[in-house]
Amino acid sequence: MTSAVIELSDIEYTFPGRGICLSGLNFHLHEGERVGLFGPNGAGKTTMLHILMGLLHPQRGEVRLFGRTMADGRAFDEARLRIGFLFQNSDDQLFCPTVLDDVAFGPLNQGLSPDEARQRATEALTTVGLSGFEDYVPYRLSGGEKKLVALATILSMRPEVLVLDEPTTGLSPESRERLVSILAGLPMARLVVSHEPDFLAATTDTLLALRDGRIVPGRLAPHSHVHVHEEGDIPHQH
Amino acid sequence: MATIDQSLAHGDSIIHTMDPRVRLGCAVLLTVTTALLHWLPPALLALATGAGLTLLAGLRPQTVIRRLAVVNVFIVFLWIFLPFSVPLAAQGEPVLRLGPLAASRAGVDLALLITVKSNAIVLTLLALMATIPMQDLGPAMQRLKVPEKLCHILLFTYRYLFVIHQEYRTMRRAMAARGFTPGTNRHTYRAVAWLMGMLLVRSWDRAERVHSAMRCRGFRGRFHSMARFTVSARDVMLLAGCTAMAAAFIWLETTRRGLA
Repeated sequence: MTSAVIELSDIEYTFPGRGICLSGLNFHLHEGERVGLFGPNGAGKTTMLHILMGLLHPQRGEVRLFGRTMADGRAFDEARLRIGFLFQNSDDQLFCPTVLDDVAFGPLNQGLSPDEARQRATEALTTVGLSGFEDYVPYRLSGGEKKLVALATILSMRPEVLVLDEPTTGLSPESRERLVSILAGLPMARLVVSHEPDFLAATTDTLLALRDGRIVPGRLAPHSHVHVHEEGDIPHQH
Repeated sequence: MATIDQSLAHGDSIIHTMDPRVRLGCAVLLTVTTALLHWLPPALLALATGAGLTLLAGLRPQTVIRRLAVVNVFIVFLWIFLPFSVPLAAQGEPVLRLGPLAASRAGVDLALLITVKSNAIVLTLLALMATIPMQDLGPAMQRLKVPEKLCHILLFTYRYLFVIHQEYRTMRRAMAARGFTPGTNRHTYRAVAWLMGMLLVRSWDRAERVHSAMRCRGFRGRFHSMARFTVSARDVMLLAGCTAMAAAFIWLETTRRGLA
């Protein structure tokens, strides 16, 4: 068994005045694993991700990243540089005057020189198929392009794990397909959170679900399709 | 306001290719000294300097005129009020009499001085600062040791003004869709106050989310910029020229005081 890169144990989180959100939540992600997390809106998926990134602090439980217990903010500061976290809303993630500045922001924070950062940024933009977009203004891009630039901003940091929060929100079917094919080419461990089972099936190997504040295995449930075509009542094969 | 206009920032004139830090420094030097003037001749010299720089920057005349017009709308009011509100000199003759109102020579002079100074400052800023693209202005300010917080405010205002404006429009449309037509009544005041309050709350929430996203990418309160600036011989010449002009303004101003 490879070592766990993300481990959440017995997490409890309560929003002030809104009752328990997560309770007794356990989760782990190992190197090379591709895990999908399904959950209806409001199940606490984003809350869980923010806890594992150290943006929210649980009332109880322990977060371990790369084998180290996250005791304080400083520990999280270091671990975050190794995790690529894609936010649900790209406008929250992209804040620089140009695409290049935004994609180079992470590498510069990692302490790379401007030249190395530029190099990394160009590479990351190529990976997401947006080379040539360097001087564009992020807020004028389409929703799909914004999402891809946001993905590039974390790929340029060469993360060891990808954590994607509802990456398909607001995307057109074409952009969604493009995202699926880009993700297929990325080797690192990943945790994808979505309320779209189809997208999770296309981008991950294991499906988990967040129900009643804890993680449970995805359910296998048979379902049938109504299938209509001309002369469909005559016995035939597909 | 769909996008933030930066029409003057793009060009290939001598000014556009200068180091942004030098342009910023020159702009501060010239505008501060111009603002301190009290005498018309140095103010006219400042106006000529501003005009000269604008010509060097090769800005489109229509754009320059349109921006000057905005400033001069306010100045028109000074021309209406100042002549009648500045008192006449002892035994001075009014320039113009409108019934009981007398326009003083000193008032006209003051209005003229303000007009010349304002236009000089606007032209200088158009030539030296409006020609700096936003992505260079932040780093340039940072290198000139402008406080980090001011740089951040500028950067984020520029980036999120558009997003917040869109949120405002979305909410306004939602209000219109429910039959809201603004009028002069309590209902309107209350609805608009709620709208503004909501905008504030949403902006605050967004700021929190943006900050979280930045922390996830390793932000710890300091921007590392990729911009590389180099000072060339021409930059030194511009700086020297602007310093000389600023010194000339001050010199003219002080000689007049010496004469008085």
